[in-house]
Amino acid sequence: MVRNLIGLGVAAGVIAIAAFWFFTAPKVEPAAEFATAHKADLVNGKTMFDIGGCVSCHAKGRDDRTHLGGGEPLTSPFGTFFPPNISSDPNDGIGRWTEAQFVTAMRDGTSPSGEHLYPAFPYPSYRRVTTADLRDLFAYLKTLPPVQGRAPDHNLPFPFNIRRLVGGWKLLFLNATPFTPDPGRSAQWNRGAYLVNGPGHCAECHTARNALGGLLDGERFAGGPDPEGKGWVPNITQKGIGSWSEKDVADFLQSGMTPEFDSAGGGMAAVIRNTAQLTDADRQAMAVYIKSLPPIDGPVRPAKK
Amino acid sequence: MKLSTWFAAGLVATVAMAATAVVAQQDPIATRKELMKANGRNAGVIVKMVKGEEAFDANKVKTAFDQWDETATKFPSLFPDSSKDGDTRALPAVWSERAKFDAAIAKFKKDVDDNRAQAMSGADGLKVALAAVGKNCSDCHETFRKAQ
Repeated sequence: MVRNLIGLGVAAGVIAIAAFWFFTAPKVEPAAEFATAHKADLVNGKTMFDIGGCVSCHAKGRDDRTHLGGGEPLTSPFGTFFPPNISSDPNDGIGRWTEAQFVTAMRDGTSPSGEHLYPAFPYPSYRRVTTADLRDLFAYLKTLPPVQGRAPDHNLPFPFNIRRLVGGWKLLFLNATPFTPDPGRSAQWNRGAYLVNGPGHCAECHTARNALGGLLDGERFAGGPDPEGKGWVPNITQKGIGSWSEKDVADFLQSGMTPEFDSAGGGMAAVIRNTAQLTDADRQAMAVYIKSLPPIDGPVRPAKK
Repeated sequence: MKLSTWFAAGLVATVAMAATAVVAQQDPIATRKELMKANGRNAGVIVKMVKGEEAFDANKVKTAFDQWDETATKFPSLFPDSSKDGDTRALPAVWSERAKFDAAIAKFKKDVDDNRAQAMSGADGLKVALAAVGKNCSDCHETFRKAQ
């Protein structure tokens, strides 16, 4: 009887491990979908590159927008991440990647070697980007100069250093689907919604997270603690910036100046360097969408010490 | 109670009030906030001129550049170690990377001084000058000030 129970327990354990292994397997995009050659639009690729903010993590120095050899360490509550080399270098960068591998990384958070990528790389937002835009971005990245050298390994404490657990995280939180326009809204609003939620990945900082690092969907864009530990990220729903006009938002995305003529600081200063590269039309579209966000209360900021 | 006791108590209260007033005046956090708010007000005036929302006015440009220069001159002494904590958005980097912080303020002052003549020359010159001076705002805030 006891032996039977032990046997049952072992069997259940094996099944549980097998199930975990099965359900946390890194997903990849089928290569067959990229068999037909894509005629790349490099201007659009650069737009995706700028709104995507690639340089903010993958380049060193504030004014370098082309050398993607890996950037400054990114500190987080889960440890320190070292953004990798995504330059066109064939050995250290993504020079040998296929389109399918690139789209897989951007959409599924899976590396060409089949490992889970950590969601410090904002693929939970990037997965909303259309396949055509991702292919244009990949083509644009390939036009940038190769940089040699690899970033150090991430410095993460147990258990966050176990990549397979990211598969569990994905089951819980990687739920966004590719962007679909809302037919009840204007083309401008839809463009803004796409840029803000997809490549712009604004929610990754402007939405608070739970203890496991998943975004609190009910508090989307309502601000919260700065993920890099430097203060508080503002609420950008109408609860936070109700007094701003659409033009104020668009101007801010260009100049970094608030309506009170304070200048954007912290991580937002880097974001402004990216949004400043966009067209007026794209900034205006983002402003129209952001101004349409209903007022939502975010987490209460702890009292200052 | 003796009259002298009342007198002593009054004296203590007066000294305490005077001391509080001096401390308030010397509160570096409050002082630097006031200077930064004034920076912003003047930036607003200049930005409106550059955008053509307001007419070019050399006197207002001078006022702005004078005030920015004042901020840059006073700032280095407004971040003593005692002002790390409190109601401030200054990041610890101000103190841990002090040489870098002082260099950033020095650069701001130099850009204000170097661009003053061009800014006073007219609307076109002001636009170029604002771009050069304005870059200092975000450069410094990115490293040395909390997001919010």
